[in-house]
Amino acid sequence: MKLLKSFILPRIVQYLIVIFVGVTLTFLIPRLSPVNPIDSAMGRLTAFQTMSPEATVALRESLTDLYGMNGSMLEQYLSFWRRVLVFDLGPSFTNFPTPVSELIGTSIWWTAGLLGFSTILAWFMGLIMGTLAGYFPNKWWSRSAENTLITIYPVPYYILAFILLMLFTYYWPIFPLVGGARGTPGFTWSYISSIFYYGFLPALSIIISALSFRFIISKALTSSERSSDYVKFAEMAALPKRKILFSYLIRNTLLPQVTDLGLSLGTVFGGALITEVVFGYPGLGTLLLGAINAADFNVIMGITLLSIIGIATASLLVDLSYPLFDPRVRYE
Amino acid sequence: MQTLRDLVRYSPSFRYGGIILLVVLLFLLLSFFSPYESDERRAVPRNEPPSVQHLMGTTSQGQDVFWMLTFAIRNTLIVAGLAVVIGRGIGVVLGMISGYLGGTWDRILSAIVDSFIVIPRLPLLILIAAMLRGQITLIGLGIMLGLLDWAFPSKRYRAQILSLRERDFTHTAVFSGMRTFKIVMREHLPFIIPFLLADVVSGFLFAIGMEVTLAILGLADMGSQSIGTMIYWGNYYQALLTNRVWVLAAPIAASIVVVVGFYLVSIGLTTYLDPRTRVVRLQVKN
Repeated sequence: MKLLKSFILPRIVQYLIVIFVGVTLTFLIPRLSPVNPIDSAMGRLTAFQTMSPEATVALRESLTDLYGMNGSMLEQYLSFWRRVLVFDLGPSFTNFPTPVSELIGTSIWWTAGLLGFSTILAWFMGLIMGTLAGYFPNKWWSRSAENTLITIYPVPYYILAFILLMLFTYYWPIFPLVGGARGTPGFTWSYISSIFYYGFLPALSIIISALSFRFIISKALTSSERSSDYVKFAEMAALPKRKILFSYLIRNTLLPQVTDLGLSLGTVFGGALITEVVFGYPGLGTLLLGAINAADFNVIMGITLLSIIGIATASLLVDLSYPLFDPRVRYE
Repeated sequence: MQTLRDLVRYSPSFRYGGIILLVVLLFLLLSFFSPYESDERRAVPRNEPPSVQHLMGTTSQGQDVFWMLTFAIRNTLIVAGLAVVIGRGIGVVLGMISGYLGGTWDRILSAIVDSFIVIPRLPLLILIAAMLRGQITLIGLGIMLGLLDWAFPSKRYRAQILSLRERDFTHTAVFSGMRTFKIVMREHLPFIIPFLLADVVSGFLFAIGMEVTLAILGLADMGSQSIGTMIYWGNYYQALLTNRVWVLAAPIAASIVVVVGFYLVSIGLTTYLDPRTRVVRLQVKN
């Protein structure tokens, strides 16, 4: 009961605050901007044709309705919330009658597959490499891995992805330039293998950048943990190195790492915008870019909302799972 | 000054980072002596590979890549600098308020800060930039980045101030009747400033990365030169497919050099600030 009151409830309140702030920001930003989405949509629609005044008025009214922009600010805000709660964000403007939720629904699988796979893989690799390098800081392989990854880490992700793209599709073309898969979708070997083939470079770029971050963090955690008494004692007691590392040391560094894994899995729903744009991968990022270029505000707002809710939910779940991982939280 | 000398002497990463940043600064200063205007087109022959006259070649629009790059570095650093000043300004003020006042203020501010940390920044930035499409200026971009990057710093300052408040010397000062303002300014600020320095550097990293990202999506101020817009226009005019790699190589190399420079400096600063290494260093000195 104490755990519920002092630990779980504040987390849930925090979660609701985050969602509230996020939804409010998504609501306010388009309305505070000097560009009126309806005017710009009208401008695009009437650029190549003349319309009668009545038709223009009717068009404006239906657009206002579609964007949920009729009524006072408060009414709009309330109806925005109503629509968010049932995840109905109106139709997309470029693919007119298709609802935004359907567009997002089809592209999210590409993004979730690519990002989920590469995030988890990079997390495990970074954790193990970083722990080893932190425990044996003077070995040549640990130093060379550290120097390489420290140089890669601050490089903006776009630059990294673009260099990979240049190297492997242009100078040494062994990977495809755009696309997510080849052939007709189905449970066949050729289709599934093509998913891996097309996903290799995007996944590699994500893995490299996530790995370098994870490596640096887990190396730092391990080297500070290495000087604690229990490790010294275990070394004096001549426990096998493998046991010290994987049974004791890594478990003590795991808590912040699990937090990060949860949070980065939460960002999956925001889409790997840059990855997908650079590698022409179908997914939320590509959808978002298209929406930006076409000023399709409903889609942009939908993806923004999804990413805020995704990461907030992930962080809530991570927080709630602490008592499972860490007895210190459980008994406090 | 003493600190700087120590840093250069004891931290190789600070030394190399500093040298890289000096080169970057040189580029920035060179932009004031550019023979061309920053957006002047057809000033030089088009599509020239790098040569003695045009150190980094020229673009398909007849711009000299070398001088473009000096402007780009200047503008990118202006955007990042503005973002850092605004973000850290908000962060320090909020951190100080919730650290010193405590109580209800602290709880409310902490709840707000914690929610802002969770909210992803890139989608929000994209949403804002997409709304302001074509009207955003370099200054506006800097302000926007700054307004989104204050939550983490403020949390860090709060923690720092909370620990300073509980130190013995603070209690001594309070009991001997020192005014609060004076305690903050004379006794606490010297502890805060090194943290601020390390934080400023990481703020630069964030802002530069975001500037490049937004520009590549075509969402920054596309009319002026920056590292990101140079890459965007390079791609736009098919620099890669027409074998004019130098147009893209220059901004890409520049972005890597700038961020690695800042990052090395920040590693140097963080190691220097780490109390454990500090003790070792003091022992070496005496």
